[in-house]
Amino acid sequence: MQKNSVAVVGAAETTKLGKIPDVSVIGLHADAALNAMADAGLTPADIDGVATAGISPVELAHYLGIKPTYADGTSVGGCSFMLHVRHAAAAIAAGHAKTILITHGESGRSRVGAGGFARAASSLMGQFEMPFGVTSPPTMFTVPVLRYMKTYGVTEEDLATVAVIQREWAAKNPRASFKDPITVDDVLNSPMIAWPFRMLMCCLVTDGGGALILTSADRAKDFPNKPVYVLGTGESVETPLVSQMYDFTSSTAFKISGKKAFDEAGIKHSDVDHLMIYDAFAHLPLYGLEDLGFVKPGEAKDFIKERNTAIGGKLPLNTNGGGLSYMHSGMYGMYALQESVRQMRGTAAAQVEGAKISVAHGVGGMFAASGTIIFTNEK
Amino acid sequence: MARILPEPTPETQHFWDGAARGELLLQRNKDTGEAYFPPRPFCPKTGSRNVEVFKASGKAVLWSYVINHRPRPDMGTEPYAIAVVKLAEGPTMMTNIVGCPQTPEALVLDMPLEVVFEKMSDTISLPFFQPAKA
Repeated sequence: MQKNSVAVVGAAETTKLGKIPDVSVIGLHADAALNAMADAGLTPADIDGVATAGISPVELAHYLGIKPTYADGTSVGGCSFMLHVRHAAAAIAAGHAKTILITHGESGRSRVGAGGFARAASSLMGQFEMPFGVTSPPTMFTVPVLRYMKTYGVTEEDLATVAVIQREWAAKNPRASFKDPITVDDVLNSPMIAWPFRMLMCCLVTDGGGALILTSADRAKDFPNKPVYVLGTGESVETPLVSQMYDFTSSTAFKISGKKAFDEAGIKHSDVDHLMIYDAFAHLPLYGLEDLGFVKPGEAKDFIKERNTAIGGKLPLNTNGGGLSYMHSGMYGMYALQESVRQMRGTAAAQVEGAKISVAHGVGGMFAASGTIIFTNEK
Repeated sequence: MARILPEPTPETQHFWDGAARGELLLQRNKDTGEAYFPPRPFCPKTGSRNVEVFKASGKAVLWSYVINHRPRPDMGTEPYAIAVVKLAEGPTMMTNIVGCPQTPEALVLDMPLEVVFEKMSDTISLPFFQPAKA
């Protein structure tokens, strides 16, 4: 992709976040889409490309009355929206569409119009993981972590510290679900979910959505809001079975996706002003910081403990409070992208002053997939 | 509530047939000798179809785990470990650890384990692992 050739010109979350029992899944997609169109000064007639995950792009297009020349239904879990941005940038550059809408909506808490999590007993997960008692993500995403902890001397306190610092960021965000301060002891005394993971090390389960609108950079200046350019992109997939990760102490998909994005952007890690790492659980920022190359393997725990990622630190991380405190509907990647766009527009609740480059890094499934988008507000 | 059980496919039938006989069957690349799991009719490293099924040693070490404190209804009412073992032949495999308290104190990473099969239905036996006797 030619860097900075495509820009985000519309971005919005659903009108409400958290508990939304009166809106179904497709309704959340539509609410976010309409808000993003209003943000960009567009109507459905202006959109000629659609991308979404969770529901089909067919459902999305027809519900909004869009007749697109481009549709992307890539669905690899919570980072799908990073992949949609990447694919949309390529599609716009190739001329497949001019103005692409990417939506997310999920009734994670209220489960209104939502499907189940069932896996076929004949799938690889159905045969080789389900029989051993895995349930939802807290008993799958967490499985490799004891090996990581033993390898690098990471403690339960280190995991708890991730949640504590993100809560400090959440306190600055009026839309965050949880804003009250917590301590390491609070985290370590919260209910046990799947040892060594306690409740406050696990993401929220909420309702909400978000949408982005992308177009070519040469058109971007005609829109009402400050354009946010796509500087670099990466994606990869690894395994549908967490038990078959190539390395339990590192995500191969993170490494591949991150390197591709940094190479495309042509930037150094020290150029990054703001970082989002999809945090479904407290270990993900640790893996992310290491696998993206911000620190060496095993160094992330001290990097966080020394408050480098906290308010006032040199690498502000998960400034909305993250999946641990802001919101987590199921496929959180969209909210990481939204916060990066807000930071680049200069409109974030916990704004990083003067930030020019933001990285939004996502995970899909249980270390199954990854997507990385690097944004800038300078062309 | 009946335990959730696997439904074999043509590519995995041999594994579950072996388990029902009390044998842990892996596959390996006949050219390189490298073992792999889960079953598929080709080597995931090279793409070669020149592979064979063989009986594994059943030896492993405890590689990683969580202890699920919110049991799935078919798994009973007590917390249980969802474990991954590293087989002596190289691959990792998800399983449960039996014959051992389901506590962090009893479940120590890298402890030696051996396979044991438990019959769950007429056609399905699940491979579990227990602390090695020797």
